[in-house]
Amino acid sequence: MDREIPNIKPQAASIFDPWLWKMAWRDSRRSRQRLFLFMSAIVLGIAALVAINSFGDNLSRSVDEQARELIGADLVLSSNKEINKSTEQFLAKISPERSREVAFPSMVLFPRSQGVRLAQVKAIQGKFPYYGAWDTQPADAVALFRKANQNRQRVALVDDALLVQLNAKPGDSVKVGKLMFYVAGRVMKIPGQSAVTTTVAPTVFIPYGFLPETGLLQRGSRATYRSYYQFAPGTDVDKYLKTISSRLDKLGINSDTVTERKEQTGRAFADLTKFLNLVAFVALLLGCVGVASAVHLYVKEKVASVAVLRCLGATGRQAFLIYLIQTSLMGLLGAIVGALLGSVVQLMLPAVFGSFLPVDVVTEISWKAVAQGVGAGLIIAILFALLPLLVIRKVSPLRTLRSSYDDDVTGRDPLQWAVYFLIVLSITGFAYWQIRDWKMAVGFTAGLAFAFGVLTGIAQLLMVLVRRFFPVSWSYIWRQSLANLYRPQNQTLILVISIGLGAFLIATLYLTQTLLLSRVQLSSSGNQANMVLFDIQNEQKAGVQQLVKNHRLPVLQNVPVVTMRLTEINGRTVEAIQKDTSAKIPDWALTREYRVTYRDSLISSEKLTAGKAPYQTNDQVYISVEKGYLERMKLKLGDKLTFNVQGLIVPTIVGGTREVDWNRIQTNFLVVFPKGVLDQAPQFHVLMTRVGDTQQSASFQRDLVTHFPNVSAIDLGLILQTIDEVLEKVSFVIRFMALFSIITGLLVLSSSVIISKYQRIQESVLLRTLGASRRQILLITLIEYLFLGLLAAFSGIVLSLFGTWALAYFVFEVPFSPNFAPLLAVVGIVTSLTIIIGLLNSRGVLVRPPLEVLRAEA
Amino acid sequence: MSILRAENLTKTYQSGGRTLTVLNSVSFEIQPGDTFSIVGPSGSGKTTLLGLCAGLDRASSGSIYLNNIKLDTLSEDERAAVRNQYVGFIFQNFQLLPTLTALENVMVPLELRGEKRAGKTAQELLERVGLGQRGHHYPTQLSGGEQQRVSLARAFANRPKILFADEPTGNLDTDTSATVVDLIFELNREAGTTLVLVTHDLELASRTQRIIRIKGGNLVSDTLTGNRIATN
Repeated sequence: MDREIPNIKPQAASIFDPWLWKMAWRDSRRSRQRLFLFMSAIVLGIAALVAINSFGDNLSRSVDEQARELIGADLVLSSNKEINKSTEQFLAKISPERSREVAFPSMVLFPRSQGVRLAQVKAIQGKFPYYGAWDTQPADAVALFRKANQNRQRVALVDDALLVQLNAKPGDSVKVGKLMFYVAGRVMKIPGQSAVTTTVAPTVFIPYGFLPETGLLQRGSRATYRSYYQFAPGTDVDKYLKTISSRLDKLGINSDTVTERKEQTGRAFADLTKFLNLVAFVALLLGCVGVASAVHLYVKEKVASVAVLRCLGATGRQAFLIYLIQTSLMGLLGAIVGALLGSVVQLMLPAVFGSFLPVDVVTEISWKAVAQGVGAGLIIAILFALLPLLVIRKVSPLRTLRSSYDDDVTGRDPLQWAVYFLIVLSITGFAYWQIRDWKMAVGFTAGLAFAFGVLTGIAQLLMVLVRRFFPVSWSYIWRQSLANLYRPQNQTLILVISIGLGAFLIATLYLTQTLLLSRVQLSSSGNQANMVLFDIQNEQKAGVQQLVKNHRLPVLQNVPVVTMRLTEINGRTVEAIQKDTSAKIPDWALTREYRVTYRDSLISSEKLTAGKAPYQTNDQVYISVEKGYLERMKLKLGDKLTFNVQGLIVPTIVGGTREVDWNRIQTNFLVVFPKGVLDQAPQFHVLMTRVGDTQQSASFQRDLVTHFPNVSAIDLGLILQTIDEVLEKVSFVIRFMALFSIITGLLVLSSSVIISKYQRIQESVLLRTLGASRRQILLITLIEYLFLGLLAAFSGIVLSLFGTWALAYFVFEVPFSPNFAPLLAVVGIVTSLTIIIGLLNSRGVLVRPPLEVLRAEA
Repeated sequence: MSILRAENLTKTYQSGGRTLTVLNSVSFEIQPGDTFSIVGPSGSGKTTLLGLCAGLDRASSGSIYLNNIKLDTLSEDERAAVRNQYVGFIFQNFQLLPTLTALENVMVPLELRGEKRAGKTAQELLERVGLGQRGHHYPTQLSGGEQQRVSLARAFANRPKILFADEPTGNLDTDTSATVVDLIFELNREAGTTLVLVTHDLELASRTQRIIRIKGGNLVSDTLTGNRIATN
């Protein structure tokens, strides 16, 4: 009797079945408004992502280009050895665009003022600087100087500081060696001059061609030979440098690139990149939150239609595919619109901001960012819609007979876990794609999962508590609004999670931004030294300090410096190591003159990375070396270094390493000895102070040169100004991007709340029909959204404190001390926004007849 | 050979730790072309019985054979295929898809079967129920009676062997009810479909050939009304 009838096997639903596409289209016609809201979450998220990624690309490229001014070229090679023929051939081949410079100390004389002092002479040939420009007075002095090489004119440019000190001015003559030069201009600023460590004296620039005639450069003279290179745009200089680094090491040639200089200029650049990535990540996550909440509510409305389709014979898979096609298409469309919007926004930004932008940004459409945005949009649309969509497969056709039937969608579905897994995987993948660090990517995802879990818990706790302690004696309005929080059709879970996550992300961005800005400011010149006094002899120390005080200047630092040379590493002489081709220790490190200080503790610009600060036990001297130096020298803790301290051999042991923040204007050292070893050695002192304006600087320097002619003073004001300008740009980008993303977050949040209106419309209409007044309905809505908004925003903020602490500790490595006042503002803004949109949602119910509303919203 | 056979159908629910028996060992058999009513007071289990017979739900015990196919052992999707091939539905609240036009609503069962001439057939059916000109209207643009007529056209679209109607006039006024009921019986006669009607309207039930009464989940009576068998 039980026979198998043919054709009862359900059709295997395929995504390519044209009927499914037709149904997806037909069904969407009357749901466009809702789907548009779903799309808006993607549009906003992707627009922000694309705008941030492309504008961020453009901005950081522009900042990068300006950062090149710090060095003035793509690559600088320098050597203390005279360049022989074969080395010259090698150097010439590196890039056709090359400028040469020879720098050496020499006495210079200004005959008119009879001023004499030791200066740095730089003989220059070529188009240097390739990035940035000389800042001279008069401005046309540079052009004159550039032509001097060709025209054989004896023209010099002189540092402002030197002219001030020696009471000279443009138009005077300066005698360098055997030649007299015409001083064409005063140098205020020149790219590539910001390296404090290499600048030991004010500079006189002369044309390269006259160098031999000065008679100053003899065999064995101490000079630095530099080559400045420019490469074709887009060349990866650091990659190229790696290919020649072993040869450079062998020749004893040092290299400097924009990347290295940026690293030295501060962690601001690294922070900027990380922050931009974080902002893009957050923008996308906001999109995800929007998509998930929109589709969740959309599916709730579609359950009845799905039940009818099931009744008419559609399989669960067919019904599921109809809505999957619908959401995917809307997702794709949203992603494309978002990517275009994002591109347009970023193209328009410079026009809108005009002169407010401190960076000259060259904006162009980044097709890479557009493609990535569309891809990411489609993936999040599908993944985050899948979770609520899976429910459709389980909708029972019995719902057509019993509207309250909900056994079908409450059970757990193993596929749901698979989707959760995919979501976690894609968030981790995206985090990795943005930050290229697996540990951090996993950390980000775990943090988000934690926030999600906490918010879910809080929402559920709220429902349990309100139900458990329901205030039965309160007025109807309060009871109705509070009951809305836990009754069937409540939106507590979805809104607490979406608003909470939104507030969490927004507040985290805000806090991180503040965190980074405080550091950028810390790096800039605000309270840092801007004048360094070198070569102060022991007996002059007190006198110079007094002079500084007489000029009402602060003594910010006063450190002793002892010069020495390295003689042995682990018992092997420097000469032996130099001959050993396998040793791979750079020549400069072996032959240089070390300038060393002594102290027992680290200073604020240093961080202990291994071992201890310098110390001394049982006649053993434990020194501290800079981390990078340790690596380049192929050293490890416990290795023995022997130094020749002006004739006295001092054996030492590497007892610790330090990371030095070169960003801070302080005297930083590769090697630091403990106290008690070098105290009696011949030494000089370096004093750092801060001068106000040029006038004060000039008067102090004149006094200094009169009383202590051997002491050199370097005014770092101009150098610091360059660094300041760059940092200011960095902080602008950080501020701007944070603001942009926060606005996106608020918009996405708004769309989540707008979508929730469909949950309450029928109920409000019913209440209206039963005679509820406008005020009653508004109050019921207000109280419900107040609770939801306040709880979600507050939870989000608390979570963001944890989140930012983690970011500060693990990612940006800075101390975290939050300012609570703006956070309360975030709570206020998010809660008000939730309430306002909630109230706007019910406006339609209040101004139109109930039946009209029901028909329109059906 | 019967078109529908129920054997000791029992349906229980768990509620608050108690077992509620909604249907208690109900058995009956319906022959092809019969018209048949299930009557009883609210909460008696009529709709539950209809849901089980149409394969919309599973019984806790007992069996249902629809066109000789044992529904209890089929998966949800297999039962959907059975419904699409042999079953038509009319609901109290019409259950039209609000996002589809009248014509598209009628086309759905046909399209699900993969029929090529779905549009033409659906248009003919709409004309048959007197709504040939309203095909492009959405359900919200139609009156209750019109919506129920669209739902009738949809129910007959796949030429079902059996039609289940759950309180088909429950949401309609008296005049409209009469028109819809006449139409149901007319179409049923023309197609030779078996009609299973759930109602508490005894006047409507009396138009069928056989009435079973349900009370408290038990079948309390099974009566022939003496109406002419509605086969062609």
